[in-house]
Amino acid sequence: MSGVTAKLRRLEMEPLQIYESLRQRYAEKILEVGGKPDAYAVVDGSAIGEICHFLRDDSETAMDCLSNETGVDYKDRIEVVYHLFSYKHHHGCVLKVRLPRENPVVTTVEGIWNAANWMEREIFDLLGVTFQGHSDMRRILMPEDWPGHPLRKDFVEPQEYHGISTVRESPIIRLDQKH
Amino acid sequence: MSLLNTFPDYVLTTKTDELINWMRKSSLWYMLFGLACCAIELMHTGGPRSDIERFGATPRASARQSDLMIIAGTLTLKMALRTRLLYDQMPDPKYIISMGSCSNCGGLFQLAYSVCDGVDKVLPVDVYVPGCPPRPEALTEGLLKLQDKIMSERWLARERRNGQAAQA
Repeated sequence: MSGVTAKLRRLEMEPLQIYESLRQRYAEKILEVGGKPDAYAVVDGSAIGEICHFLRDDSETAMDCLSNETGVDYKDRIEVVYHLFSYKHHHGCVLKVRLPRENPVVTTVEGIWNAANWMEREIFDLLGVTFQGHSDMRRILMPEDWPGHPLRKDFVEPQEYHGISTVRESPIIRLDQKH
Repeated sequence: MSLLNTFPDYVLTTKTDELINWMRKSSLWYMLFGLACCAIELMHTGGPRSDIERFGATPRASARQSDLMIIAGTLTLKMALRTRLLYDQMPDPKYIISMGSCSNCGGLFQLAYSVCDGVDKVLPVDVYVPGCPPRPEALTEGLLKLQDKIMSERWLARERRNGQAAQA
């Protein structure tokens, strides 16, 4: 048993090693490598499909699992974050794509990992990022006729929804007061 | 063997309203419908330990056969519209128990963008059961309160309950 574990461990790569090999291969498409203690690589949005394909198919990285895909609104930009994992080598890495807040568009990775389907729909629903090439780019959580994308920092909650008031008459906590 | 002439000649006297109400309160069929974690307590209340069926309440899997809707869990705005649709499908007279903090007032999630702050914004509620979630005893108490309310109704009189029953 320990022999098997040792064999797996030997193939394990540190995230920084993975980013270094990406850099050698894609050069200027890797915009930034940073983050402590968990390193990430910021990649060019136009190359995300290509890079993800390489990370999945290359036998040294073999990222067979997209464990999480999510989005963050940083007020000046929107980032889509990809957490990749390899069951084969027991290692993982994090990729980020920076997008403009106005009209954020990025290529889908649904064709690489099917798991991306719903996660990208959620990012679209809550942050308004459009994934080009996605097979079913609809809202997944919010109602179809919901105004705006609620996890955007500048989202304003509507006063009512289909005649249902969203304002509580006697709130226990008020957001406009300091605690 | 015929039962004819085997019964003693007893006569029970009651008021029609009370007889109707007694029959209705003893067969409150609630809709098999849960929204969040309160639904787990709702299932427990219907289970053998608390056994709400002692009081004549049994789950029905169709809105069209239900007398009572127990709103068990966080009501989102998206679900609020669908809940109203289900309520509209129930035949009159119909009742609602709001179970737990979330459906009473939005509870823990009242500041969330997606949550309806209280089911009473959408539907008329008869009994509110507080708790997060309420224990089965609390929900049973809520049902007994509703039964009391049903017993006080007057169906043959002109003035009826406000709201839905007046249209019946």
